[in-house]
Amino acid sequence: MTDAEIISLVNDSLVEEFELESSVMLSEAEIFDDLGLDSLDIVDMVVVLEGALEIKIRDDEGLREIRTLGDIHRFILQKKREKEAVS
Amino acid sequence: MRRVAVTGMGAVSPFGRGVNELTRGIIEGRSAIVALDELADYGGLRTRLAALVPGVDGKEIARNKRRSMSRQSIFAVLAAGEALTQAALPEAGYGSGRYGVVVGTTISSLETSESFFADHLRDKSFTRMKTSLFFKTMNHSAAANVAHFFGIEGRLLAPAAACATGCQALGYAYEMIASGTQDAIICGGTEEFHPLSAATFDLMNAASFRYNDRPLVASRPFDRQRDGVVCGEGAGILVLEEWQSAKSRGAEILAEIIGFATLTETGSIAEPSSAAMQRCMALALADAGVEASLIGYINAHATATEKGDIAEAKALLGLFGDQVPVSSLKGHLGHTLAASGGLETIATIEMMRCGELWPTRNLTEIDPCCRGPKFFADIDKQAASLALKNNFALGGVNSSLVIRSV
Repeated sequence: MTDAEIISLVNDSLVEEFELESSVMLSEAEIFDDLGLDSLDIVDMVVVLEGALEIKIRDDEGLREIRTLGDIHRFILQKKREKEAVS
Repeated sequence: MRRVAVTGMGAVSPFGRGVNELTRGIIEGRSAIVALDELADYGGLRTRLAALVPGVDGKEIARNKRRSMSRQSIFAVLAAGEALTQAALPEAGYGSGRYGVVVGTTISSLETSESFFADHLRDKSFTRMKTSLFFKTMNHSAAANVAHFFGIEGRLLAPAAACATGCQALGYAYEMIASGTQDAIICGGTEEFHPLSAATFDLMNAASFRYNDRPLVASRPFDRQRDGVVCGEGAGILVLEEWQSAKSRGAEILAEIIGFATLTETGSIAEPSSAAMQRCMALALADAGVEASLIGYINAHATATEKGDIAEAKALLGLFGDQVPVSSLKGHLGHTLAASGGLETIATIEMMRCGELWPTRNLTEIDPCCRGPKFFADIDKQAASLALKNNFALGGVNSSLVIRSV
């Protein structure tokens, strides 16, 4: 899966789960302020992304640093690369 | 004790959204019961009948509010919205702690639980569980969602007594306002249909299935050819308010709640008790301070089960004789379980407001074992100034409410 495909899958998963408009799915979009998510949504977001991308991120300290949609993309791409490297 | 006014009513029923749709369906004598072919997929289930709410998906509720709502919570919120719009309670009361919510369900959302466990039991993993699961299935979910959606910060209670839930919710709300602990309460019951509800009645030979190919005549309260309950869904929510505050702010008072009783008969957890029903009705009349002879209409629980209808008919005859008009609305609506108390109370109040009594649909030949009370076949153009509303439930729970017109 290419990076673009991964980003597309992340965006599609979040749009579906949180009923977001595609137009707000910009890299610089703030998760709380622009996407309108809250702390409960972040817990569910982890569940959704783990399921969609077949990765484990729940206990990853890097989650705490995420502020924007672009941060999510970079975090997920990193996790995918780590997983591929291991396998 | 303070007087208690009804200042708002909201309905989500098998006839659709709103009190108008509910009353129109009943006045036109229609049945909301449908043949549900997918029930054939369930082994051991004989009934194929249900009374489902059409065309409600809750998408008008913002996602961040809806995420904690099961279908029955969505029904409750939508019905509460209609009731609160009509009541137009002063905004200042919402956060004052003086407005409360009393909304119950038969059981927490089975649709949500089924969906979770269907996935979870593949590997017993909790990794796919979402935060919304608990908020949708906690026993006070519907009440909490109503409170949170509208910002009502007083008492919150979620009574659960199956088919008596809605009536109990109204009764407990009435008592809290009368005693002065709350000034207004959004109250009633809500129910989402699930095959397990139908199967529960079917297992006890109390669900209709002989009319699977004729759904419109399936639910037949007090009729000789009745063969059981048709399970339904919906929400019936009322706003009860302290009388004087409603008067002083110029609110339209739709009716007055003047009496309530509920009691438990412990001889059997499943069998209805005519004596307990009669005792409950008598206690409600005593609470209201009115004689049985003054009651102008009785909205029966009568779900079209063999034993329940006979027990209620005997209790009605014993207390009211043969002069008080009686009808059941389950022939139109099926049995909306926890919602039935609210929905049928709303319909009863609407009857009182328009000066008519609405008959029991599908009651074409009175069961000889139910004979005695004054059943009627057509819309009766007489105004009832006092009405009694019954709801009885598995678990031996009985409840009755006394309503006065204004």
